[in-house]
Amino acid sequence: MENLQLIIPELFISIMIMFLLIFGVFKKNSSQLVYNLTTVSLVAALALIINLDTQIQSSLFKNSYNIDSLARFMKILLILSGIFVMLSSSKYIQISKISKIEYPILILCSILGMMVMISSNDLIVFYMGLELQSLALYVLASFNRDNLLSTESGLKYFVLSALSSGLLLYGCSLIYGFSETTNFNQIMVNTKEIEYGLTFGIVFILVGLAFKISAVPFHMWAPDVYQGSPTSVTVFFALLPKIAALTVFIRFLYIPFYELVDQWQMIIIFLSIASMVFGAVAAIGQKNLKRLIAYSSISHMGYALAGLSTGTTQGVQSSITYITIYLVMNLAFFSCLFMLKRNDEYYENIDDLSGLSKNHPLLSLSLLVVLFSLAGIPPLAGFFAKFYIFVSVINEKMYFLAIVGLLATVIAAFYYLRIIKIIYFDPEKEKFESKHSLGLKFTLVASTFFILAYFIYPSGIVDIISQININ
Amino acid sequence: MNFPILSSLILLPTIGALFIFFVRSSNSQYQSSKYVALFITLANFFLSLYLWIVFDKSIVDFQFVEQREWISGFVNYKVGVDGISILFILLTTFITPICVITVNATIKNRLKDFLIAILILETFMIGVFCSLDLVVFYLFFEAGLIPMFLIIGIWGGERRVYSAFKFFLYTLLGSVLMLVAIISIYWITGTTDVIKLYELGIDAKYQNLLWLAFFSSFAVKTPMWPVHTWLPDAHVEAPTAGSVLLAAILLKMAGYGFIRFSLGLFPDASLYFVPLVYTLSLIAIIYTSLVALMQEDMKKLIAYSSVAHMGFVTLGIFTMTQQGIEGSIFQMISHGLVSAALFLCVGVVYDRLHTRLINRYGGLVSIMPKYAIVFMVFTLGALGLPGTSGFIGEFLVLMGAFKKNILVATIASLGVILGAAYMLWLYKRIIFGKLINEDVKKMVDLKRFEIVTLWLLVLPIIFFGFYPEPLINSIEVSVANMIDMNDLDKINKLAFGE
Repeated sequence: MENLQLIIPELFISIMIMFLLIFGVFKKNSSQLVYNLTTVSLVAALALIINLDTQIQSSLFKNSYNIDSLARFMKILLILSGIFVMLSSSKYIQISKISKIEYPILILCSILGMMVMISSNDLIVFYMGLELQSLALYVLASFNRDNLLSTESGLKYFVLSALSSGLLLYGCSLIYGFSETTNFNQIMVNTKEIEYGLTFGIVFILVGLAFKISAVPFHMWAPDVYQGSPTSVTVFFALLPKIAALTVFIRFLYIPFYELVDQWQMIIIFLSIASMVFGAVAAIGQKNLKRLIAYSSISHMGYALAGLSTGTTQGVQSSITYITIYLVMNLAFFSCLFMLKRNDEYYENIDDLSGLSKNHPLLSLSLLVVLFSLAGIPPLAGFFAKFYIFVSVINEKMYFLAIVGLLATVIAAFYYLRIIKIIYFDPEKEKFESKHSLGLKFTLVASTFFILAYFIYPSGIVDIISQININ
Repeated sequence: MNFPILSSLILLPTIGALFIFFVRSSNSQYQSSKYVALFITLANFFLSLYLWIVFDKSIVDFQFVEQREWISGFVNYKVGVDGISILFILLTTFITPICVITVNATIKNRLKDFLIAILILETFMIGVFCSLDLVVFYLFFEAGLIPMFLIIGIWGGERRVYSAFKFFLYTLLGSVLMLVAIISIYWITGTTDVIKLYELGIDAKYQNLLWLAFFSSFAVKTPMWPVHTWLPDAHVEAPTAGSVLLAAILLKMAGYGFIRFSLGLFPDASLYFVPLVYTLSLIAIIYTSLVALMQEDMKKLIAYSSVAHMGFVTLGIFTMTQQGIEGSIFQMISHGLVSAALFLCVGVVYDRLHTRLINRYGGLVSIMPKYAIVFMVFTLGALGLPGTSGFIGEFLVLMGAFKKNILVATIASLGVILGAAYMLWLYKRIIFGKLINEDVKKMVDLKRFEIVTLWLLVLPIIFFGFYPEPLINSIEVSVANMIDMNDLDKINKLAFGE
């Protein structure tokens, strides 16, 4: 009999999905209630995960589902981001008239899929989680179905994502063919020699994963989908799938194919450099804030990959730290975006920010902090994120990667500065509304405070992350 | 553990900034936030003065050292002062209150934000001068960009956006390589603690690359020719207080960095690159002096003169002699006072006539006699007349240079003549000559707060010109120790075959 209590959080979320679906169908006009219940059930799931015994490092279902420190940390991160996303976007959903019962349920479905991805230790389990997540996201992207851009983005995401899933499956089948197993640990045992089929398999799977975290050159979907989707979905896109995909990246590279590090290292370095540079350069010309943040997140993923490319535990830990701080910064940025509302209409062009600092000093100050942090200027959290990455990269004597990465931060600083210039130096425009929901305010204040005060006690998060073992 | 006096110095301005930030704003309270800022900066000045008094000048070690674990197992928050850094801290805490006083006339809007920016900047500036860990140093060094970017961008002149961007991106680009070097040092030696690094030393085979990485950052910040072009723009567009802080303190961070890190950590590489630094310094001294001669904008002229003066500083540092390094430090302090004063002087007439073009002025001596007197002192200080602090610095630097290389010293001496030329010509065109412009006739002489700020700067310039002992006394032991510790003398002798 399997020790089912280890997957209670997953079971709980599955049950809540079913319950909420039935509840929502039978009770009329319950969309807001379902939304709130979803948030509550996420909080409960968080409590369940934290409540799990931390000492246990075990795997279920014939070693295909891992409950270890990595999974635990990433799941906490995932659900916390989920909660904050729900809190900050509740008002947006009502005003944009996409408040339907399916919305929160789809979010729960995709979170469940991500949790499966995070814990997966088997190609098939991993694929299952990935598809559960993706299918829910296709619908979410086109949720504002009366809007042309939204439907376009959903379709675009669906077609391209299906293609990448196909490549990924093909890679899985190649690996299965050459190693006679789908289990990660078993693959490691069975593949002592390098064979071409295996290398192809790795490449195909990496392509599929790179697509999910929108690393260059598999990033084409990101700007359109970010811009077209409703902002509440964009923030979801910007945060949660990245956590899941990065975890799978870590597991996939560092468990079955750790021995083949020479084979995949160059690929990751290429993805990393291309993403950092392209993301920084392409963002310069953007006019839409959501599109800009899409390019910015492409570039940020490049830094996270740089940590992974080192092939050391320290590198992985720096990537996890990076993604943690990245999540907070993006959360803060999107909270600011949710506050740009006037007469029930949301504004998302950079020009709309013009002179914001005169009318909304506090909001501008948070944006200032967030943008400088995204640019990686000390003493804000974003600097430390990059710092850890470069420490681990330089430790491996990968100077080229480090220098390119740092030069890319200078290019990136330009477009972040441009937004700050528009906020602070340009003439003011009409005022935005200053009444916001409590959840949104709380999200913004908490995340900004984290960014601002991170330097006081930087060891806290690093200490937790340094306990994460990969093998 | 004793009272953490250095951390208080660093934190006090930030606390003041938070206080101002949280006090509700209304027009009447603008004044009160100004007094809060003045009080905080003055308190900081007296605290640093106290620090200077209790500082034991006869000991070579770093004093008032505080150490706390920060990034666990990696970086410690470590601060401390020696005879060199304490002078820069004093300079910072002395100049900042003066900047706060000047906001009266120059800053018309968002006074509160401006004061917050200045106070935060003071925190970072003091942090730079007393950090004893490379990562902490980098943190403060870079963080200073944020408030300065905002000061230039929000309160600057017409081309403020261009200048602010240029300032930020130039400096950032310069410093990223330094970060790579700092992390590399950590992996080579296992620590970023400056004191430990002084003891351990860094293997000579790494030194050249690391030196270049640090150089790229400091050269931009100093600024040395040919990466000086951000400075005139930044100076011209910044508000008076911003120009003052930029010239008086931000530029000194690089000079300080050269002494503390380039010379202290990479002595072999420093020696190797002496010809490069000499060349760039001489070009800076001669070329930018000629450029300054041709300027029509007062602030631009002073900005170019700053580049020339900083050329003397880098020249002096890399003579690696006791006199040269002492002269450089003295020159930096003196230039900090003089250039601050000159920018304030420009600010005074700019507030009245709203132009910085030299040819719009003339004949000020008859309507603004008080102004003419203080401006004269500063002009003479800038050109290095004996009896002003500018003289001591230049003299020591040239003495060090003559000891090493007569040709270099001769060329550098030409710079002194050029300096006299452009400063005196500037003075002549503004103060003397005929009163032709009608607007100029309506100008009023110095107001009370202007008299106070300017005379506060006149006093140390003349005092240290006649009696440099307190300053020299403070740096003597530290400089001698630095030369001793790195065997600079021995290396020198081997290299130059003396």
